[in-house]
Amino acid sequence: MALFNLHKNTFKHGIHPPESKDETNGLPIRQFPFAPVIILPMAQHIGAPSQIMVREGQEVQRGQLLAKATGYVSVPMHAPVSGTVRKIANVPTISGKMSTGIYLEAFPSSTQEILEGKPIDPETATPEEILQGIQNAGIVGLGGAAFPTHVKLKIPEGKKCDTLIINGVECEPYLTTDHRVMLEQENDIFTGIKYLLKATGAQKAIIGIEANKQDAADHLAKHIPNDLPVSVQVLPVKYPQGAEKMLITSIMGKEIPSGKLPIEAGVVVVNVATTAEIGRLLPHGRGIQERVITITGPGVKKKGNYLIPVGTPLRFVLEQVGVDEEISEVYMGGPMMGVAVSNLNISIVKGTSGILVFTKKDVGRSPTIYPCIKCGACVDACPILLNPSKLGILAKFEAYNEMASDFNLMDCFECGSCSYVCPSHIPLVQYFRLSKRIVRKREAEKKEEVHA
Amino acid sequence: MLKKTLDISSSPHIYKGGSTNQIMKNVVWALLPVVLFSVYSFGLNALLVIAMATIASVLTEHVLCRLSKKESTVSDYSAVITGLLLGLTLPPSFPLWMAFIGGVIGIALGKYIFGGLGYNVFNPALVARAVLQAAFPVAITTWHPAFLPNRFSTISSSVFTWPFMEPTFDAVSGATPLSAFKFDGVTTSTAELAFGQISGSAGETCAVIIVLGGLYLIARNMMNWRIPAAVLLSAFVLSGVLYLINSEVYPSPWFMLFSGGLMLGAVFMATDMVSSPITPLGLWVYGGIIGILTIVIRIWGGLSEGVMYSILLANAISPHIDTVIKNRVYGTKRKMKAA
Repeated sequence: MALFNLHKNTFKHGIHPPESKDETNGLPIRQFPFAPVIILPMAQHIGAPSQIMVREGQEVQRGQLLAKATGYVSVPMHAPVSGTVRKIANVPTISGKMSTGIYLEAFPSSTQEILEGKPIDPETATPEEILQGIQNAGIVGLGGAAFPTHVKLKIPEGKKCDTLIINGVECEPYLTTDHRVMLEQENDIFTGIKYLLKATGAQKAIIGIEANKQDAADHLAKHIPNDLPVSVQVLPVKYPQGAEKMLITSIMGKEIPSGKLPIEAGVVVVNVATTAEIGRLLPHGRGIQERVITITGPGVKKKGNYLIPVGTPLRFVLEQVGVDEEISEVYMGGPMMGVAVSNLNISIVKGTSGILVFTKKDVGRSPTIYPCIKCGACVDACPILLNPSKLGILAKFEAYNEMASDFNLMDCFECGSCSYVCPSHIPLVQYFRLSKRIVRKREAEKKEEVHA
Repeated sequence: MLKKTLDISSSPHIYKGGSTNQIMKNVVWALLPVVLFSVYSFGLNALLVIAMATIASVLTEHVLCRLSKKESTVSDYSAVITGLLLGLTLPPSFPLWMAFIGGVIGIALGKYIFGGLGYNVFNPALVARAVLQAAFPVAITTWHPAFLPNRFSTISSSVFTWPFMEPTFDAVSGATPLSAFKFDGVTTSTAELAFGQISGSAGETCAVIIVLGGLYLIARNMMNWRIPAAVLLSAFVLSGVLYLINSEVYPSPWFMLFSGGLMLGAVFMATDMVSSPITPLGLWVYGGIIGILTIVIRIWGGLSEGVMYSILLANAISPHIDTVIKNRVYGTKRKMKAA
């Protein structure tokens, strides 16, 4: 089969949903107003929630540490505005669960100057100091995963990182966050890369960008500092190329073994906005207080790319940009993998890359589900080369264990390509999400039994 | 403002559009030229036979859905396809009551008892035809000549045979190119085959129109090109090799390709998504089996035509092909695993 495996500068399969980026990709990043009350959940990253360090009634300055990391896979949280801690209580999160959080009332007439911390010099700092600095800055993957970046950058014993890949793919339709960051924050990105190269020991960095952002690729390529081993690689447009494994395959032409991390191939992948944040915060020893978010979708009046303080309530955001009377669904993230919001009282978190508002007629779900006719559209779409048709049938029969043991269910990263293409409108990825949870739960129970 | 409740759903939130019944509808569109040519060459006889098979299929589907207290699935167009395909594989002067029985059997035994659309093991139209072939061996091998001058004014008496009566066929009856070759050693020119100047089943005679229909579906991404490619390629290669060995005994591969039901079978029947494998390699194997078996039956078998049994056999093997041949999952070694 070698003949068909020729490296084509992209991964196998995948889909081409309408990009829908034209309405916002030309709009520069604008500062968003401060909400009167900021709501900060402590569980907004993968890992242990942060531990609150302030008390009710305390006045805090913008950038001040509010909560510290509780362990290695955890990050601290900084004040996004200067103000008063009004309340420490449970706050709603997007998952529907409550999390401990802080209600922070902003000072109305404050200059909102940001507190300076201990700077980290990329020339003299050790890799450990840089990783510590990244954790101290509260940085998590801004592409949407919200996984603590310092954990990802830690090279395991006996492994070596040769290549650092900066993910500027932004393959989700509608989102233009990374696009604008690449056009406007090139200095921060290159400073960030300097830190990252030092921290990982990688020899070179490659910035992967899809061809629909040629202007960003050209812009970055033009501004690469002479002393930095960075190159820009333009990739054909295809969803889900922004997924770590897919991007590595596109750029390096090799696959990451099932169940393993990119470091197996000597690669570490970091999102471009995360990189820019590192480059901006570490020289000042500051913590993350805000992030760039694309607010778009047919239901939004003032679409755009905004710099929004973390913790800004979603209701405030939508009131500021103005939304259609007929809004029916709001998503955090892109339309392919974004999470539907059930409650406008939740707030912007570090992992929010986009806010998408759909009206009733934009929601494309079909009410009719036909039987699977084994047309194979899902098989041709799955980037992991699974057989979603078969998995879907097994899911219906609740054969979850067989799905995992014989059909690689756990390799599914829920990109949704199968559901997107299915002409019978079978909610495939939705089945798989559920099935994966059940399999994980069963495995955990099994482990408990063994230990008992 | 913003007080109203929101709908929530699990991602993805956008969909490609298109639907299963849209695919089915397009197959019907692709079949229509074949039907029209059939009526053009065989006249009212073909029109009646095809119409009867289609009506019987749709009616059966509707009645069975109602009997099992389910919403009628007639609107998904799959029963129409089964009926049209059945009609197109029957001789044009086939008795209508037999065509009706065929339509009922195709849907009831070929599809419905397996669970309806998506669950049939065999192509329902071919199940029906196989039953008809076993039950009415004379009627289904009595061919009618094409392009009779009176084809639009008269209807063969056999068409209106009373149910459960032996049909009497008109004196004029044509041999198909395959039976002419098999039993009399006469071959027909490829041009005549390609443009349907021959006798045969109602819809199998004009290869060019069938291929155009297939190309339309392939272009609309509603048919997997690998199946017809594999069927035709394997049939061509095997008959080509035989022809090279001894051109006195074996017919030319072009003759094999364009005669009989091979084209109709390869394009419209083997490609039934439900009863064919799902992986690219599996499709090549499946198509290869059909092509090779067809030639084997045609040359060494007792029948002059073997497409139907070849496809049915490959349908039966298809689930096992899917079990044995799986895509190599990203980040793993190729997995060939017997169940």
